[in-house]
Amino acid sequence: MTKITYITHDSKTHEIDVQNGLTVMEGAVQNDIPGIDADCGGGMACATCHVYVKEEWLDKLPKKEDGEEDMLDMAFEPKKNSRLSCQLVVSDELNGLIVNIPSKQG
Amino acid sequence: MKKTDALIIGAGPTGLFTAHQLKLIGLDCEIVDNLDKIGGQCAELYPDKPIYDIPAVPECTGGELTENLLNQIKPFDIKFHLNERVDEVKKDGENWVVKTNNGTTFTTPNVIIAGGVGSFEPRKFPVKDCEKFENQSVFYSIKDKKIFEGKTVSIFGGGDSALDWAVELSKNSKVNLVHRRDDFRGAQATVDKVRQLAKEGKINLFTKSQMTAIKGEKKLETIDITSDDKEVKTLKTDYALGFFGLIMQLGPIANWGLNLNKKTIDVDTEKFETNQKGIYAVGDICNYPGKLKLILSGFHEGALAARACFKLARPNEKYRFEFTTSSKTIKDRLGVKSD
Repeated sequence: MTKITYITHDSKTHEIDVQNGLTVMEGAVQNDIPGIDADCGGGMACATCHVYVKEEWLDKLPKKEDGEEDMLDMAFEPKKNSRLSCQLVVSDELNGLIVNIPSKQG
Repeated sequence: MKKTDALIIGAGPTGLFTAHQLKLIGLDCEIVDNLDKIGGQCAELYPDKPIYDIPAVPECTGGELTENLLNQIKPFDIKFHLNERVDEVKKDGENWVVKTNNGTTFTTPNVIIAGGVGSFEPRKFPVKDCEKFENQSVFYSIKDKKIFEGKTVSIFGGGDSALDWAVELSKNSKVNLVHRRDDFRGAQATVDKVRQLAKEGKINLFTKSQMTAIKGEKKLETIDITSDDKEVKTLKTDYALGFFGLIMQLGPIANWGLNLNKKTIDVDTEKFETNQKGIYAVGDICNYPGKLKLILSGFHEGALAARACFKLARPNEKYRFEFTTSSKTIKDRLGVKSD
């Protein structure tokens, strides 16, 4: 289990133990954290699992594939620290990761 | 008012195969879809991406799958109503009366919702005030390009739609093209063309920038764009066009009195019927214990919902199970020779 912290738009903090191997998106959806829609189910085809990663984590995460950056063009208010949470696979290295969920996904 | 045995909402793979199943058992049906093309998510989100888990099809793209499903229903005469969104579903005696945003009305004992994750709508600017100008000076698609002649147009986005329109409108308008990063995901030839036009001063290119404000009294006057380095530029503009792709919205489905679970509809696993008799949900939009959002699940769900439709469409007949390999009736419907 790896601890992931989701901060929703209303500044509520949700500390969740997510099983390694799941994605940060799945961790949110399975625990009913609001604000992550994941319409396409994790296929990098919709940008509705968009999150902002805490700055200090940016370099520790696996690099974006081309397709992820393309999809982020369509996200709601993308920033430099934007990621698609369906592309972040949970592992021990991600223990303590903090992500902010945008006010909406579209 | 159009009469049909079953109305299918959604022309994605599940909707198409459900139509096949209905016709195979002798029911007629019509299909409504909000998109301008057939194929649903397969056509809109991944026409060129390969799919590897369609039974007996080791690999095919979303586009090919749609094409094959259309071939499979070719023997049948199925009426499609594209570019139409179902807005209203109301009970009328034994039937449902269904109305679209174009005013088409259907009466049918069976409504099958194969709506994926709802209808595709354009993604809009995050800046709230854009709503004030929508359809007057803020657009998410272009119907008549003439209105832009001689005007200043600010185009946002980095895909083919944004780039194609930037190139096209630069002929007769002053064009600003604004994108959140330096890379564009459009076709390379178009990207090259845009960069060339920018060099020639025919397109004002602003990358690593996004809209942060929109202003105007009666009509749109200026927009603010802010760069990654927090530098704010105010651009005079007559129009703002956003091309950020499409997002799926549940839309009017939420108002039809169905039991919803987030963006999905609760169904039973015998008929895939909702809490309303004669309204079914199949494919990605339905929810039941163990639901898998796979195309193959949609096919199964559609096949069972179609059988359930038979009872309501032909209350005085008995549905008889038959195989396509051996049934003469089915072969006649398919227009193939019986042995």
